[in-house]
Amino acid sequence: MAVLLTKNSKILVQGITGNQGRFHTKQMLAYGSQVVGGISPGKAGDTVEGVPVFDTVETAVQKTGANASIVFVPAPFAKDAAFEAMESGIQLLVMIPEHIPVQDSIDIVTRAGELGVTVIGPNTFGIISPGEKTKMGIMPNHIYQPGPIGVVARSGTLSYEIAFSLTNGGFGQTTVVGMGGDPVVGQTFISVLRHFKDDPDTKGVVMVGEIGGSAEEEAAEYLKTFGKPVVAYLAGRAAPPGKRMGHAGAIIERGRGTLESKEKALTAAGASVVTMPWQVVDALREAMAHV
Amino acid sequence: MKQYEYLAKQALRDHGIPIPPGRLVNTPEDAYQAVQEIGPAALKAQVLVGGRGKAGGIRFASTPDEARDVAKAMLGMDLKGYTVERLYAEGKLDIEREFYISVTTDRNKKVPLVMASLAGGVEIEDVDDSQIVRQWVDPRVGVLPYFGRELAQRLGLTGTLARELADLVVKLYQIYRERDAELVEINPLAVVNGHLMAADARLNIDDSALFRHKNLELIEEGSELEKKVHQIGLAFVELDGDIAIMANGAGMAMATVDAIQYFGGKPANFLDAGGGASVEPTAQALDVLVSMKPKVLFINIFGGITRCDDVATAILQVKEGTGIPVPLVVRLVGTNEKEGVALLEQAGISAYSDMAPAAERAVQLAGEGRS
Repeated sequence: MAVLLTKNSKILVQGITGNQGRFHTKQMLAYGSQVVGGISPGKAGDTVEGVPVFDTVETAVQKTGANASIVFVPAPFAKDAAFEAMESGIQLLVMIPEHIPVQDSIDIVTRAGELGVTVIGPNTFGIISPGEKTKMGIMPNHIYQPGPIGVVARSGTLSYEIAFSLTNGGFGQTTVVGMGGDPVVGQTFISVLRHFKDDPDTKGVVMVGEIGGSAEEEAAEYLKTFGKPVVAYLAGRAAPPGKRMGHAGAIIERGRGTLESKEKALTAAGASVVTMPWQVVDALREAMAHV
Repeated sequence: MKQYEYLAKQALRDHGIPIPPGRLVNTPEDAYQAVQEIGPAALKAQVLVGGRGKAGGIRFASTPDEARDVAKAMLGMDLKGYTVERLYAEGKLDIEREFYISVTTDRNKKVPLVMASLAGGVEIEDVDDSQIVRQWVDPRVGVLPYFGRELAQRLGLTGTLARELADLVVKLYQIYRERDAELVEINPLAVVNGHLMAADARLNIDDSALFRHKNLELIEEGSELEKKVHQIGLAFVELDGDIAIMANGAGMAMATVDAIQYFGGKPANFLDAGGGASVEPTAQALDVLVSMKPKVLFINIFGGITRCDDVATAILQVKEGTGIPVPLVVRLVGTNEKEGVALLEQAGISAYSDMAPAAERAVQLAGEGRS
């Protein structure tokens, strides 16, 4: 079992003929993802890695029955691509690009709310469900394995580090969700945790957070009634205030978004908060033992 | 991208929000003329640091001659590490009351947020929550005058001030939306002769939206070194320690800085070499780190999209080029790990596969940490 992305998800790749689109189409196919079509205006009739290319999402959906799409187009065109997908009936939308204007993200997320579309990202590594052998994203294929742990993270490489340590520590994953590093993204920790709560195969959750905003604090409130063990690791302990730490959203602004505040809230909600990424597996082992 | 006060004020004026009379001052002569035109004025340093007034960045001049002298003293002065290149001369105001208003993005609700308070003139963080009115904007609707009337009512304003506030919030939202602002703030929103006027303003533009605001002058914050690395296209923050750090991905780079501190070391920087960086930018980034003359150089790579052999090649390129005259600690795992580790070993560099012992070793080599 998995959340949000299953082996039945039929996937389109928007921007399939670009370098990134092409490379990751190959990687997704290699992992087992059901990539049924790609979009590249003016290139209908071509194929990429055997996948048929269409001019519009509308046609692609008609011809393939796709219900999910992953967007690789450059940031200035991402809003257009996202709306095209949503208006064509796509239900799961993964937005890879970084540097999408926040106003565009607000519009995308607002429309998604009206249509009931699940948006992952922007500025995300995507989503992967190892047990279902499917992924929509740019994460490396070899570091995951099927198992009982749900992972929800704000950042890419850090979540790879942690997912790999889980795999090596004997904890496979149901689904790993990358929320994205931007200030406005489709998911919150809470929206993803709800799915993990409802998924009987997910027995425990690892949260990978960071400084900036108050998504972790809000999640803490929800965790009080979550009912499954949660281990959290938060990055940015040593970050100075007022500086963006790579992610547009990772900034302590005017006293808000500090790590201390997040750590305090999560600990009070019963999560096991660790200081360093390599401590996640031991903390999880302990937390799971008490179930 | 933060905008200087005078640019923020221009934006307000362009949208019809009243601002005090003001002139941009580049030379002492400009200051003379400004005060001749607008009368007694405050000369305000145009720098992007908070607490400007306390640091001597705001001074008053009653006469044109005085303005010339004050400007002479202020132009070129150092204000918290920034050189003052421009002043903004602004007519002195007879302020009756000070309010606060801003439009920003609520990250949790994912919609714009209008905040207002009758207790303005101080940082909004210092205002008690009970004195702040918050109204969220439906982005499909935007801000219409009724939104402003409701806001005025919640604040307890009536008459002229209520009417003017309702009108002002419509315009403020237009600035937020049309200019891709992260924050547009008027503080204090002054009452002068019974009317609202923007006495001070902040405007921060979303960096990601600069492509549709090509007319904006680029304003770069940060140290010279930070600007240099930003030009390579990498995220970089200078810290005050002496262990230089490179990692791939923002989260990983943050975690690496944290790890150095965890073992008692002092990180010199945050550097995200990118989630999928190739040889060239990685080598450029390393060159910058070497130029910082750190005690130790620590490279922490989890190769996902980044290939370990590319990173190894970049390290060797720098080693053979400009040279790496300080102890080097490399942690290298993931995609093409074997190839990368082999390349390094040929050059006499051994790589760690785990983050913790690598970080601990870097701290040890710097002569820092717990004894």
